[in-house]
Order: sequence, then C-alpha cells, then structure tokens
Amino acid sequence: MFRYILRRLLQMVLAFFGTTLIVYALTFAGQGDPIQALAGERPVTPAQRAYLTEKYNLDQTGVGGFFYRYFDYVKDLLQGNLGESLTGRSIGDILQQAWPVTVRLALIALAVAIIFGVTAGVLAGIRRASIFDNSTLVLTLLVLGIPTIVLAPLAQYFLGVKWQLFPPTAGSDPTFYALLLPGIVLGSLSLATALRLTRASVAENLRADYVRTARSKGLVKRRIVVVHVLRNSLIPVVTFLGVELGNLMSGAIITEGVFNIPGVGFNLFRGIRTEDGPLVVGIVSVLVVVYLVSNLVVDVLYAVLDPRIRYE
Amino acid sequence: MTVNPTPASATPEGGHLLELRDLHVEFRTNEGVARVINGVSYHLDAGETLAVLGESGSGKSVTAQAIMGILDTPPAFVRSGQILYRGEDLLTRSEEQRRQVRGKEIAMIFQDALSALNPVFPVGWQIGETLRQRAGMSRADARRRAVELMDLVKIPGAAKRIGDYPHQFSGGMRQRVMIAMALALDPKVLIADEPTTALDVTVQAQIMDLLADLRRELNMAMILITHDLGVVAGVADRIAVMYAGRIVEHADVRSLYKAPAHPYTKGLLESIPRLDVRGQELSTIKGLPPNLMRIPSGCPFHPRCPYVQQVCVDEVPHDLVLGDGRTSACHFAQEVRDDSVAR
Repeated sequence: MFRYILRRLLQMVLAFFGTTLIVYALTFAGQGDPIQALAGERPVTPAQRAYLTEKYNLDQTGVGGFFYRYFDYVKDLLQGNLGESLTGRSIGDILQQAWPVTVRLALIALAVAIIFGVTAGVLAGIRRASIFDNSTLVLTLLVLGIPTIVLAPLAQYFLGVKWQLFPPTAGSDPTFYALLLPGIVLGSLSLATALRLTRASVAENLRADYVRTARSKGLVKRRIVVVHVLRNSLIPVVTFLGVELGNLMSGAIITEGVFNIPGVGFNLFRGIRTEDGPLVVGIVSVLVVVYLVSNLVVDVLYAVLDPRIRYE
Repeated sequence: MTVNPTPASATPEGGHLLELRDLHVEFRTNEGVARVINGVSYHLDAGETLAVLGESGSGKSVTAQAIMGILDTPPAFVRSGQILYRGEDLLTRSEEQRRQVRGKEIAMIFQDALSALNPVFPVGWQIGETLRQRAGMSRADARRRAVELMDLVKIPGAAKRIGDYPHQFSGGMRQRVMIAMALALDPKVLIADEPTTALDVTVQAQIMDLLADLRRELNMAMILITHDLGVVAGVADRIAVMYAGRIVEHADVRSLYKAPAHPYTKGLLESIPRLDVRGQELSTIKGLPPNLMRIPSGCPFHPRCPYVQQVCVDEVPHDLVLGDGRTSACHFAQEVRDDSVAR
C-alpha cells in the first residue's frame, strides 16, 4: 500500500507538469502580441513596452523562449508564488478569498447528494418496481436531462425572485443560507447520479449469493440489508462521491456565475473572459493539484472499503 | 424451534426427522409459469445421508431452498405440500419461526463458496456473526468458537487465518469455511447443495470425506445434493433421483447401483466413463431436459426414454413399490430393473 501511494505521488508529479505545460501553452501560445493584449485598446509607449518585455522575458522568442518562461513560471509556482493577474492582484490572494466559498458550496452540494441521493437510492433498490422506484427514475432522468445552465436560472427565478424563499444571489462573503439554493442546484446532478448508482448497486447485491447465505444463517432481514448488502453496495457509491467532491471543489463556473458567488469557478470564468492568462493558468494549476489529490484519496479509500483490491 | 416440546434428539413416534410430502413449487415469471417442483416427497431420518441426484434444472436445489425457506418470492411460490420437521409443518409457521429453524435446526452449504461468502468481511467475523446474532455470544467468545470451528473443519493455522478474507483462501479452504459456518449452531440437518462442484477432483474427495466424518462425529442427518454419481456412492445411505421436479427413483445406494429401476437412472449410470469398457463410444441420454414451462404429457421423461410406449405419453406413472423401500416412477420399472440385472 505504501509503495502504491508513493508511485501514485510520482505519477502525480508528472501529471502536474504535463497539465500545467498544456494549459500554459494553450493560454499564451495563441496570443499575437501579449503586451498589446495586456494593454487592450490603449497605445503602448516604447518605454512601457521595454519594461514589460523585460518583466515577462518576452525578448526570448520561439520555442526556447516559451520554455524559458514556462520554467520561470513553474519555479515561482513551486515556491508557492502563483504570480499576479494582469490586473495586478496576487493570484494567491484571489484564491484565498475564493476557495472557502467554493468549499462551502461543494460541501452543501455533496451533503444534498448523500442525504437525498443515497437514501432514496437504497430505498428504490430495496423496493424495485414500486411507485417510489419508478417516480425516482422519472425525477432523476429529468434532472440529468436538464443542463445546469437552464436549471440554475429557473431555480433562481422561481425560488429566489418569484416566491422569495431563498436569496436570489449570494454576493461577496455569502452566508450559509445564501449558498443553500446554489448548493442544491449544484448537488442535484450528483444527487441524481448517486441515486441511480446506489439503486443499481443495492438491487444487484440483494440478488447476490452471499445474501442467500446470510438468510440461511437465520439472520433478521434488517441486518442482512444494513450490514451485508449496504456495505457491498456503497463501495461504488463512495468512489463516485469522492471523485465528485474533487469536481465540486474545483468550482462550478455556471452555478457560481448565475448566483453571483465569488468562488473559484467565478474567478476562473472572469479570467477566461478577460484573457487574463496568468490568472487562468494559476487557478488551473491549483485545480490540477486538488483533483489529483482527491483522486488519490478515493483510490486509497476504495482499497480500505473493498479488501479484494490490493495495490501492489 | 420453541414450538417443539420434545428433547432435541428425539423424533416423534414413528415419524421422520424431516419429511417432504407432495411439494409443489412454481416460478411465476413474465414469460409464464414454470412448474419447478411437481410433487416431491422424501424423508430423512436422524443420522442418515440422503443423496438427491439430478441434472441442472431438475429442481433439487429449489427443493432444498424450499426446506430452508430461502426461496426468492417472487418469483418462486410454494403452491402446495408439506415440509414436516419433527412432525411439524414448516410451511404453516410464521417467517420468524422459520428463521429460528434456519442455521440452528437445518443448515445449508452452497456450491460456490467464493460468491456465497460475503467478500468484504473476514471469515472469522462471518462465522462469528451466526454465534453472536443467534446464540447471543460475546464478540470474544464468538471469535474463540470460530477458531474452534475452523479447526474442526481442518483449516490449517485457524487462529492466524481468522482475519483473512474469503478471496485469500483456496477453493477447498473456502468451502471448509462455509462448512464451519453452517456447523456453528449444531444443526440437526445439514443440506449440502453441490458442495464439491466448483472444486477440482482431489479437493472434491477431501471435502466429501470431511463432510462424511463430520456427519458421523456430530450425528447429523445430511441431504447431499449433487449431479455427480461418483460423489454419492461412498457417502450416501439412500438416493433420490430427480427429473423435471419429481422424484423418479428412490432406493438405497447398493440396490440402485446394482440394478436401477428407472430408465433415467439407468441412463445416468451408463453415461459414467468406465475403465473396463474401453474403445466403445460413451453412451449418453439423448435429448435435453424438458422446458419446465411445457413439461411433456404423461411421464416427463418419455421423449428421451428408450422404453417409451403409448402409455407413457398418456399416463403419469405412479410410484411403483419394488420392495426394500424402493420406488420407481416408471410404467415399466420391473422390466428396467430386470434388464439392469441381466446386463
């Protein structure tokens, strides 16, 4: 197990450099004149141009120059310095403000998925072909079929604006209550998937041979379901939820955009829209790390839950 | 079973320990009703071994699951009949009373121990679970007893292996774990449903020997379900041969092997490869087992039977008593037996 984790950590280093390189290249390679892009419509004086060329090492051209700047960037990155956005703010500061909001939103969404999705999935799996099972099927297909870009404004309009059950937007430094509706909208997709997954898994495990054995031991039905079936059924569900938490932590561009939540996705979207290269690369680099770590945690968790998985 | 006032080892006057009377089970599916068990009657006395023999789909496992009360309902429904344990009909008991019987009075082991054991719990935990849940043992006592049981079924280094998971055992050892689990509550009847089918030949023999030894030591009665005539010979006292959900022949092992009195049994025996008859093509039973949704009229074996006459198509044969407790559900049972002897 230790060796497995070590090997995975080494793979993570490779994945980290690979992804940052690609994002860095895609963001900067396409720009014709980065200095003009920075200045926008305004003219650039030769003195400013010389200063910026010096500052961003733009005097080195071609592939060599690109890698020079990339390694320069990575060097800073490894020292914990994410650099500055084109607006002059420290990217580290931006993330420090944005992340707690996104994490809170992610936890609300995940809680919604677990509390409603897994519970309903277990019930639907036990009562196959019942009214409950069929109605959850229709509801989840509906949720899975509606894109967030439609669902989020709908929820905002009806629940926030028209019936005023929730605040329609969050704004800076949002409260738990303000994040609740966006959290539910964001979690609904995970909820639907978690429900389908749990239902299928429970239904399959209820037919397993070991259930027949447990019955022949004379165990009460409740124990067979709660101890034997559930423990086996939740292995794929926990894996899914772990990966999903990684996804949610990296921000939700659409949901954060619609509800005006100053989280990671919100900032990333702003960076892309304003062609703020350093900001985009900085955020994505950190997202890559979050994603890699959450995936490693999921894999280790999987081995803990299922003794048949042995990582050599 | 608390309803039974008689002491544990006693069987009611003149009755059998376990007796099936005219059991009918059907599977109701979307495609139609499959009549899987069509009037099975057999009995088991304390301390004896009954082998139930038959092809896949003959209903031998379903019968066993009906005795245990672990049929999946739906699709399986017990339509009629009686399952008498110590003279009391289990089918009239409540689910809770039947649960009490499971494991404690009648226990069962299954064909594929790998899938029959829960993959995510250690074997010691699974054996101990029965003791904790059913006998009210403490965690420590259950663990100690689990080691004893694993020793009893001759798992080497039982104390060390108690924390291992099912996938860490070999096939034979896994089946021993299954057996240890079934023996946890000292059952009076052990149903072994093809216990050696998933194992290779040398291990098969070891498991059969173990079962025979344990049955004797613990003075249990055993129902051994198998499709393998070779497995039966050394272990069983009596044999019930099943075909299409019926018992077609019922006899003690010696007389059945010497002179089968049903064409199906005869066919089964003749299809065993023999060392003394070399160079000849192995005889087989032609045709396929019947579709249980459309069981042939009359004798269900008639489409495959070399003795078939018009009467076989028209009339269901009744059990013909041949003496010594032998029965055969064949219109020509005498002829078949005489043929077998003459051979």
